[in-house]
Amino acid sequence: MEARRQELLNQGYEEVYTRTKVLTDAVMHYCPGCGHGTTHRLIAEVIDEMGIQDNVVGVSPVGCSVLAYNYFDVDFQEAAHGRAPAVATAIKRLNPDTYVFTYQGDGDLAAIGTAETIHAANRGENMTMIFVNNGIYGMTGGQMAPTTLVGMKSATTPYGRRVELNGYPLRMTELLSTLPGTYYVTRQSVQNPAAVRKAKAAIRKAFENQKLKKGLSFVEILSNCNSGWKMTPVAANKWMEDNMMPNYPIGDIKVDGKIVDGIDANRLVLDHALTVMQ
Amino acid sequence: MARELQLMKGNEAIARAMIASGCDGYFGYPITPQSEVMETLMTEKPWETTGMTVLQAESEVASINMVYGGAATGKKVATSSSSPGISLMQEGLTYLAGAEIPCLVVNVMRGGPGLGTIQPSQSDYFQSTKGGGHGDYQLYTLAPASVQEMYDFVFDAWDIAFKYRNPVLILSDGAIGQCMEKLYTRDYVPRWTEEERRANAPWGTWGKPATRPHNIITSLELDSARQEVFNLKLQKKYAEMKEKEVRFEALNCDDAEYIIVAYGSSSRIAMKAMQMAREKGIKVGLFRLITLFPFPTKQLAEVAKRVKGILCVEMSAGQMIEDVRLATECGVKTEHFGRFGGIIPTPGEVLEALENKIIK
Repeated sequence: MEARRQELLNQGYEEVYTRTKVLTDAVMHYCPGCGHGTTHRLIAEVIDEMGIQDNVVGVSPVGCSVLAYNYFDVDFQEAAHGRAPAVATAIKRLNPDTYVFTYQGDGDLAAIGTAETIHAANRGENMTMIFVNNGIYGMTGGQMAPTTLVGMKSATTPYGRRVELNGYPLRMTELLSTLPGTYYVTRQSVQNPAAVRKAKAAIRKAFENQKLKKGLSFVEILSNCNSGWKMTPVAANKWMEDNMMPNYPIGDIKVDGKIVDGIDANRLVLDHALTVMQ
Repeated sequence: MARELQLMKGNEAIARAMIASGCDGYFGYPITPQSEVMETLMTEKPWETTGMTVLQAESEVASINMVYGGAATGKKVATSSSSPGISLMQEGLTYLAGAEIPCLVVNVMRGGPGLGTIQPSQSDYFQSTKGGGHGDYQLYTLAPASVQEMYDFVFDAWDIAFKYRNPVLILSDGAIGQCMEKLYTRDYVPRWTEEERRANAPWGTWGKPATRPHNIITSLELDSARQEVFNLKLQKKYAEMKEKEVRFEALNCDDAEYIIVAYGSSSRIAMKAMQMAREKGIKVGLFRLITLFPFPTKQLAEVAKRVKGILCVEMSAGQMIEDVRLATECGVKTEHFGRFGGIIPTPGEVLEALENKIIK
């Protein structure tokens, strides 16, 4: 890859966009148009810009991003399903000066790993958690996730998610913001350049916060799952804006240990925003 | 702490040995009858002396995964629990074995199945040696029979764990964990320095320097051909353990007409039964297992050639007996004697079982 790059540069090509050095040359297995690739890149750029490539350990989940360790050129551990926050807890406790981050999807973080997520947050573990929420189990073929919208069809809710059968979509990010152990809690997205810039700033802040040793920094990234939703990437992004975002509003919820002014307190506990999908 | 004579509980010995052997971290969850392990650690505050980290996790599921994360950075990390908690850890254990992460796990067994009882038992032999979790893997399993061995085996565990990059299990029981005995402490082994950690665990995720590729800790290999190669590598490692790391103790086996095979608490009771039998003129020996995996197959088979019968004593329905019969290829009359539910057999009962089931 690098040789080819040099060859093109020697031929007089101008480099306007390239792979960050914290990503490996491995070809990502993610579906084209999915938010994982973009989110990976943003994390890699932040690690590169902070100059911490030699002092960071990532933890990948079970799910679509199980192979994240192949893509980041940093030391990495692959955790059992849902256990990344516990795994990362010990990495950080035993290596307090190392930057530690987890990367999990909604099934991993908000279903099977709920206990590990909440307790790592409640202990105020001084690490960064990245939570990619696409409202579905992508890897196993599109089953219902805890974040699947009411009315949304999936392989295990073929007639749409029903509250009386499946309960409510779980807003883990709002839930975690209520815990004193969290220092920074935000929800971002990566469907257009403006959103990408904001998401990157949030990830940067979530990594920088580890220097302060004041608690957990948690970044939810709202993403499409165009394969699981059975849409084109463009249509999936539009659908995400129209349906996911009313239920999962974008923006900071807690900054520097304080709930952001103007955040509707009800949003943290009530289901008023449970818009039934059109 | 230099070598000195102390009176100590088995569980406390585990905790003190962890501190003294240079352990970097302990992650656990309270469960009877082993809660004194974490209680001792929290009271001793080793983070102020050796720098050891101690954390109470939210569950055994979390604590074994904390062991995974911490140990995979090339540090000496341990947990302890008792049977129901160890059941919860099985997922983590198979991941640890699959990712080849050295660590120490202590099981102070209690009776089962289910919530069972808080009293001693030895009914986790199958779980410990036949793979409690999924996949083809083994835990190097040590069975202490005294408070002294609870202490000593912690030191031994790190050597084996890092030599083979494999989890080590100390399989004890509530009787050894709760009883108090004298024990000789050892000199402190300092925790590894940063340089030692990197030298001893070049595979560890301790931050990728520019001089090496990134280290990845995973048990995933989707390519079947490579997954098979990896499994063969594990099997080779277990075969090497069987060849080089077997531990046992043969007492009075040279002239014995009958032997008792036992481990842990049962071996202590069996020793008394052996003495009672000898006083009656019956030539009985004791073959005590120290490693349950690797099982001393060849060594037991050698002894078994010379005897008329074998009594297996275990506080279970008869789990270890399967490996005894495999070792002797059922060539000798072999029977099991055990009690359940936290009932500890008396030496008299063991002798009676020997006479009724084997000698008669």
